[in-house]
Amino acid sequence: MKRYGNSFKEQALALLPGDANYDMCLTCGLCSSGCPATGLADMDPRKFLRMAALGMDEQLATTDWVWMCTMCQRCTHVCPMNIDIPKLVYHARTLWPREKRPKGIIGSCDVAMKTDTGSAMGARPEDFEFVVEDMLEEVKETQPEQADLSVSMNRTGAKFFLNQNSREPMTEPDEMVPLWKILNVVGADWTYSSVGWAAENYCMFAADEEAWEKIVRTKVKAVEDLNCEVWLNTE
Amino acid sequence: MTFTVQDPCQLVRKSLGDDVADDLRFVVKTVVGEENFIDMHPNRSNNYCCGGGGGALQGGYPEERREYGRIKFRQIEATGADYCITPCHNCHSQVHDITEHFGGAWHTVHLWTLICLSLGILGENERAYLGPDLAELGL
Repeated sequence: MKRYGNSFKEQALALLPGDANYDMCLTCGLCSSGCPATGLADMDPRKFLRMAALGMDEQLATTDWVWMCTMCQRCTHVCPMNIDIPKLVYHARTLWPREKRPKGIIGSCDVAMKTDTGSAMGARPEDFEFVVEDMLEEVKETQPEQADLSVSMNRTGAKFFLNQNSREPMTEPDEMVPLWKILNVVGADWTYSSVGWAAENYCMFAADEEAWEKIVRTKVKAVEDLNCEVWLNTE
Repeated sequence: MTFTVQDPCQLVRKSLGDDVADDLRFVVKTVVGEENFIDMHPNRSNNYCCGGGGGALQGGYPEERREYGRIKFRQIEATGADYCITPCHNCHSQVHDITEHFGGAWHTVHLWTLICLSLGILGENERAYLGPDLAELGL
């Protein structure tokens, strides 16, 4: 059994499956040459990885760059050794004291934890139900050809469970309507749920694993409670 | 009138790969007409992230986020397209923002807007992101 110590590199290694190894880096630079975050905060993916290999733990645990990298995985995609640098970036995020992580991300996570909708904008179940109903009514009134448009809320046994980014119900509800119409045209059997419907999960970006898991479990439970077959995430 | 499309990292590179990128192009070309579609380069799994992912839109480093997005801006600019279609929420917010910030001439639209427009079922209030050339089409 492998044993790991407390250094950044050792902890990062423990996250890797099987025989993967950060020492496999060939230093070819494909990662950095195709990374839009290269050069921000005087950092790039290759440098980040080399610093890990050299045991420069303190610098890795404190560089702001980990919040500028979007963990998009393009570096991994082009790496001849398939090294997962974003995983290392995520790990570095977990090393930041929670109160020092970006306020916007932490704040959105905290708000989402306060309601069982998972909404980072704090929308409650009744808010979502009201906006959807109100919007549907308006469309039917102003667009006569949409008289048969229907939206289910909390319908057990629908094939698709559709979630929704909070921005639409909270700031631009008209943008929900085109999606409803498309689903209606193709005859999809779908429903919203008044709980667990929010598509976003800032606790994941915040690298707050406990909160991340709680939000995902809330959402999974909502899908299972309605006995839906497919969970559709529009993010 | 020409259109290009952003490949959302979450949908393409990080989950369903080039197959879904091809499906996306099938839908886009069907909606806007194949001759009006211009792909950006690189594309599909090789496309660049727009810079809005990973929490960056709330990350508190707006200057760096936009600097990151400059690559996306140049990619879209090089296509010469009048519209950039963003089938992801984060991509829409970020591409919309960098287009305004760096002074792009194109409009940034959700895919659902164009699907409904092509089906003739896009309502008057559902056109916030269309340019004046399409804003009244089919009303």
